[in-house]
Amino acid sequence: MSALTSIGFLGADVTAPGSGSFDALIPLPVILPLIAAALSVVFARLRNVQRVISVVALLGLVANNIFLLTRVDQATGDAIGGIAVSQAGGWVAPLGISLVVDRLAAIMLLVSSLMLVSVLVYAIGQHAEERRFASFHPVYLVLAAGVSASFITGDLFNLFVAFEMMLVSSYVLLTLGGRAGQVRSGMSYVVISLIASTFFITALALLYSATGTVNMAELAERMPELSSGVRVGFSLLLIAVFGIKAGIFPLFFWLPDSYPTAPNAVTAIFAGLLTKVGVYAIIRTQLLIFPIDAQQGTLLLVVAGCTMLVGVLGALSHDDLQRILSFHIISHIGYMIMGLALFTLAGIAGAIFYVVHHIVVKTALFLVAGLVERKAGSDRLSRVGGLVRSAPMIAVLFALPALSIAGIPPFSGFVAKFALVSAGIEAQQWGIVVVSLIVSLLTMYVMGRIWSNVFWGQPEDGEIAERLESGATKLPILMTVSTVVVVGLSVALLVFAGPLYDLAERAAADLLNPQGYIDAVLGSHSEAGG
Amino acid sequence: MSVLLAFAAAMLFGTGTWLLLQRRLSRIIVGVGLIGHGSNILLLTSGSGLGLPPILGSADPTDFADPLPQALALTSIVITFGVTAFLFALGYRSWKLTNDDIVEDDVEDRYIARRAVDAEVAEGEAAERERAIEEDRV
Repeated sequence: MSALTSIGFLGADVTAPGSGSFDALIPLPVILPLIAAALSVVFARLRNVQRVISVVALLGLVANNIFLLTRVDQATGDAIGGIAVSQAGGWVAPLGISLVVDRLAAIMLLVSSLMLVSVLVYAIGQHAEERRFASFHPVYLVLAAGVSASFITGDLFNLFVAFEMMLVSSYVLLTLGGRAGQVRSGMSYVVISLIASTFFITALALLYSATGTVNMAELAERMPELSSGVRVGFSLLLIAVFGIKAGIFPLFFWLPDSYPTAPNAVTAIFAGLLTKVGVYAIIRTQLLIFPIDAQQGTLLLVVAGCTMLVGVLGALSHDDLQRILSFHIISHIGYMIMGLALFTLAGIAGAIFYVVHHIVVKTALFLVAGLVERKAGSDRLSRVGGLVRSAPMIAVLFALPALSIAGIPPFSGFVAKFALVSAGIEAQQWGIVVVSLIVSLLTMYVMGRIWSNVFWGQPEDGEIAERLESGATKLPILMTVSTVVVVGLSVALLVFAGPLYDLAERAAADLLNPQGYIDAVLGSHSEAGG
Repeated sequence: MSVLLAFAAAMLFGTGTWLLLQRRLSRIIVGVGLIGHGSNILLLTSGSGLGLPPILGSADPTDFADPLPQALALTSIVITFGVTAFLFALGYRSWKLTNDDIVEDDVEDRYIARRAVDAEVAEGEAAERERAIEEDRV
């Protein structure tokens, strides 16, 4: 945990030249949730104090991330080119730990913090695990810190530590309650993640002995000195390591088994954020560290196609709403990998837009699934039915993100898919374009199947029919409000699709020019140290 | 020295992988632990090799051993230790609930597998019935 403590100590002493107080904000996305987590351990017995601490900390995080994004996006004219760097503890770049916020990291930070705060409010409204376990708040906040840390770190080993922060808290959240099903799926989830982490350590050991550094910017500088076979080997190793976390084909099998057993709100945040952290790591390492000849375009295209197909077919074959949605995550990871695998500006911009769209829309769908379960007492398609009459509000809340994820024209899902498909046509990768269009149709079928089983027709189960008829179960107000907010955000993605896509394009342009990143990290080192 | 360490790492990876493929959680945990040790040894050998303790002022800095891999290995040991402890707690909980620590298949997987077996059995029965009818005719 030495890397962690050094993050904790840096606050006051940040030595990046020129940008003043702005740089002190860069480590805040990690420090703020960690301090709040410590405080909420202290107030373990006072649930209301814990709630205030967590909500205030995460709202602060949102404000901080909005500020970071606007500053990074404005800084285009500067020599740094919209990349803000902070050297932890004032240790210069290749020696110390660099924290880097470029446009991609800032976008991811903002979207993830918005989801974290909405889902937390939902969990508070649920009166379930959050109320029963004093450990919920601290663990949730450490998860927030881990997610933020993986976005801003400029150092591969620190990325490992950030992943572990995130994963260890996810183990606890997944098994909170200790029911038999949770213990069973928790075991396979923990063991798979642990093996992925061990692979990561192995990859780091090999990278360090080959290049003598774990700083990503320095790695990028030294990578061309290695022979091309070794470079390809490292590239594949890192894809496998992050692919397990992202859930790409053929490394996805643990995901639909473990996610649905967690408490509702927890599944929503896992589905929205955790796999996307893996996708982010693949995008970051492929584009920054490896020169063009070691980038695995063709392999990633094949993987993307298989991921899309397997995910959507799995979603078609299941009966349980949460399981359908979990399998469906995998299918959409395929789209993001497809955008990256094209290695063109349009493709990567499309992938970034898709990640943002998917985080918001998927979280919204899982939150609605939680509402369905609360209202009807079950979320199996074969038992529930007729919710459009008994709970029209839930039907509307489901319809908006479902239409969006199926890619129906005015919604953000259409914009995202259109961007990816046109990028694919531009790059003349016809195979992946055809697969993505077929999968898009199947997605519409999956959503239609959920709609006609859950919202239309009659409930097949007498007990559920009675429960819905009587209208006895009232939805907690906080659950409804936070779901409305997230669904509202997914609609806002449609309204602001233009500016957002421009932003994604600028972020992609940054990524395709890794020299800017390298100069920002190592260049500020020579100024600060020299 | 580094040949010996490489051999040790290989042994640990090998036995660890074999243990991982077992059904009992207790063996899987030991396997994960062994693989973790293997990768830590790999991390240690990734430095520049033998050298003096890296304490400033004690000797010429060029004779120092590389301290970074050791720091990295320490970090990863602590993390693996914590997660292994958590796995043991999970195993204990599983033993309390089911008196066993065998990792079972996914619920849906078992359901689908049972459906497949049922279909096979039904097919077999149908074939047998037809054969019986044929025999009756003869």
